[in-house]
Amino acid sequence: MDLDPVILARIQFAANISFHILFPTITIALGWVLLGFKLAYQRSKDEKWMEAYRFWVKVFALSFAMGVVSGITMSFQFGTNWPGFMETVGNIAGPLLAYEVITAFFLEAVFIGIMLFGSRRVPNWLHTLATFLVAFGTTMSAFWILALNSWMHTPAGFELRDGVVHASDWMAIIFNPSLPYRLTHMLLASGLTVAFLITGLSAFRWLLGDRSAGLRAVLRTGLVMAAVLIPVQIFVGDLHGLNTLEHQPQKVAAMEGNWETQSRVPLLLFAIPDEEARENRFEIGIPYGASLILKHDTDGVVPGLNDFVGEHPPVAPVFFAFRVMVGIGLLMLAFSWCGVWLTRGGRQPHPWLARGLVAMTFSGWVATLSGWYVTEIGRQPWLVTGVLRTADAISTVPAPIIAGSLTLYLAIYGLLLTAYIGVLLHLSRKVARGEGLGPSADPAGRLTTVAAE
Amino acid sequence: MLTLFGDPTVWLPVVFAVLMGLSILIYVVLDGYDLGVGLLCARATAEEKDRMIASIGPFWDANETWLVLAVGLLLVAFPIAHGQILSTLYIPVVIMLVGLILRGVSFEFRAKVQVERQYLWNRSFFAGSLMTALAQGYMLGLYVMGLEQTVGTVIFACLTAVCLAAGYAFIGACWLIWRTEGALQRKAVVWAQRLLLLVVLGILAVSLASPLVSPRIFGRWFVVPEVLLLAPLPLLSIAIVTGLRLGLRHLPARGDAFSWAPFAAALGLFVLAFAGLAYSFYPYVVPERLTIYDAASAPESLLIILIGTLFVLPVIVAYTALSYWIFRGKARDLTYD
Repeated sequence: MDLDPVILARIQFAANISFHILFPTITIALGWVLLGFKLAYQRSKDEKWMEAYRFWVKVFALSFAMGVVSGITMSFQFGTNWPGFMETVGNIAGPLLAYEVITAFFLEAVFIGIMLFGSRRVPNWLHTLATFLVAFGTTMSAFWILALNSWMHTPAGFELRDGVVHASDWMAIIFNPSLPYRLTHMLLASGLTVAFLITGLSAFRWLLGDRSAGLRAVLRTGLVMAAVLIPVQIFVGDLHGLNTLEHQPQKVAAMEGNWETQSRVPLLLFAIPDEEARENRFEIGIPYGASLILKHDTDGVVPGLNDFVGEHPPVAPVFFAFRVMVGIGLLMLAFSWCGVWLTRGGRQPHPWLARGLVAMTFSGWVATLSGWYVTEIGRQPWLVTGVLRTADAISTVPAPIIAGSLTLYLAIYGLLLTAYIGVLLHLSRKVARGEGLGPSADPAGRLTTVAAE
Repeated sequence: MLTLFGDPTVWLPVVFAVLMGLSILIYVVLDGYDLGVGLLCARATAEEKDRMIASIGPFWDANETWLVLAVGLLLVAFPIAHGQILSTLYIPVVIMLVGLILRGVSFEFRAKVQVERQYLWNRSFFAGSLMTALAQGYMLGLYVMGLEQTVGTVIFACLTAVCLAAGYAFIGACWLIWRTEGALQRKAVVWAQRLLLLVVLGILAVSLASPLVSPRIFGRWFVVPEVLLLAPLPLLSIAIVTGLRLGLRHLPARGDAFSWAPFAAALGLFVLAFAGLAYSFYPYVVPERLTIYDAASAPESLLIILIGTLFVLPVIVAYTALSYWIFRGKARDLTYD
């Protein structure tokens, strides 16, 4: 069989990072939500917030473990599959990754032990502090990773000597032109993912007959969180797009499916881009839409793909992934605003609303992954824009060996993802049936009594 | 600033080699005991498994982070070596990663699934620990053999794979002697006694093989005065092993006296073996091929990391110590509240 090692290594990296990103997306925001539950309990002394904490801390622990183990895999792949990456840009990527490990990883890894198992061994303030430090650590970790990722999109603060990148200005490297937009967009994506995860699982429990006060409080928290965050996200997403237009116009051209540089470009709702013919089929668009959004002027000139022949990303995946992301964003807007309105003033959620929210449980994952594909596939054929091509960073590991490792990873990831979702549903069913929270549940059975009301 | 301590292209690689070595040593000892506990789980009853896993539950995650730091430092400080080593060791690395994945998620899954499914996650916990330990031992063996892959070196690497796994199980048993009580503690003493033999065999194999395959290493050990200066390494090792052989017979002692001693002794043995290896291979990062000076990154980048590390490392040590203090004493059942 004739396998291309570059393609295989890319599929493997894409599979690894796609699997990995699912879990930090949850833990980044869930850490802060847990801190919120804990503080709400301390302020109100209402036991329902502690129940919420005890349930969601399990989801956090599980997601955290999944994120850690898949993250370790990522850190090894730089060396096993992409040695050219570190050899060329190691002087910049290295310190950023090292700072992630020493400022974030250790903080999270040590304090999660105290957060999970320490509440009876340490004073309450220290347990709250541990929760805060874990949340802070996950966010810090996101900051460093996104600093590196943003730098790969919009490199700054460096000089090339003998084909190797050398750092010349660390502030310019870390706070590179796309970091503010990318970081905010990602943190909001995490907030939305968690908001829909907690409303989705809460709605699931509600449909199973769970009517505890804590459940309603969490459901409302998630809905309000989503309703507030989604407009902000749409606004930030727009700014992020403008920033991309400035630095990576070919990516925006692929997102818009726009072939010719011209004014009065329509906003395509649907089309099938045909890269061979260099045109779209079955176009449905809003006249002047793209010009209006990107240039805030119906006559605005939008760059087209034909200006970047051989230098632009594959069009179809970027085009479709972008539409999936935006589509889910609009669904999130509709669901969260309707949800907040329909559950106002202590109203119970209508069964159809609850079913819809259950269907939206993992919508954040789909949106995050599509957004990730837009930005990462959109960077191709570059690994580091204008500095290093993806094809030049590849290792010499033979294709059949990569095919073997890829199969192994895919099998494990499939298994773990199934097990993960299975356990979330299992935990929800269990607590909805009033059976407490599993082998390590609260022995006093407080949850059982409340959940059985 | 860079030249304050002399030529930075000379001292920076050494500093980073030391940091990386330290990080690997800390990893081997810390994740060693929790991987070892994972291996020993195969020999334990359901109730003992819960207690054993409870003894490492609050620590394993932070222990594993030292591996990330070690690989991170290799990646950062010696990027060319990182590429060479990891692409040569591609297959064992993949096996180790799959092992780490299985093991890491099993901690969480086994505590949350239906009771009927728990045995599956117990098995994957054991399988993951075994894969990780064997893969690391195999990599160590191949590294000692200069990363050459022939029938002979592969057989040797298989031997070191078994011996390192035994070494991890040994330090795991010592951890359990320290952190558990009753029947489980007595069981752990028996495990430690049996495993000690394999550990000695492993250390002997590496100590004999590395000077035999490398004239350079032979020359570093077996000349006067080095051989005299280095004599404390093997002599201390022999003393510790003898002490363990005699001491383990009297454990557990009344009032749980000295239950910490085997773990301390195991720690000493690991440190001595590591010091021997480090001395043999310095200044090479890829044996016989690439020195730390050839492979080092740009000094400006290393300095940026060094400054951060010097500030942050004491903090990491402090909160790690805090965590060991909070979870001190005999292992109790873990609860989330």
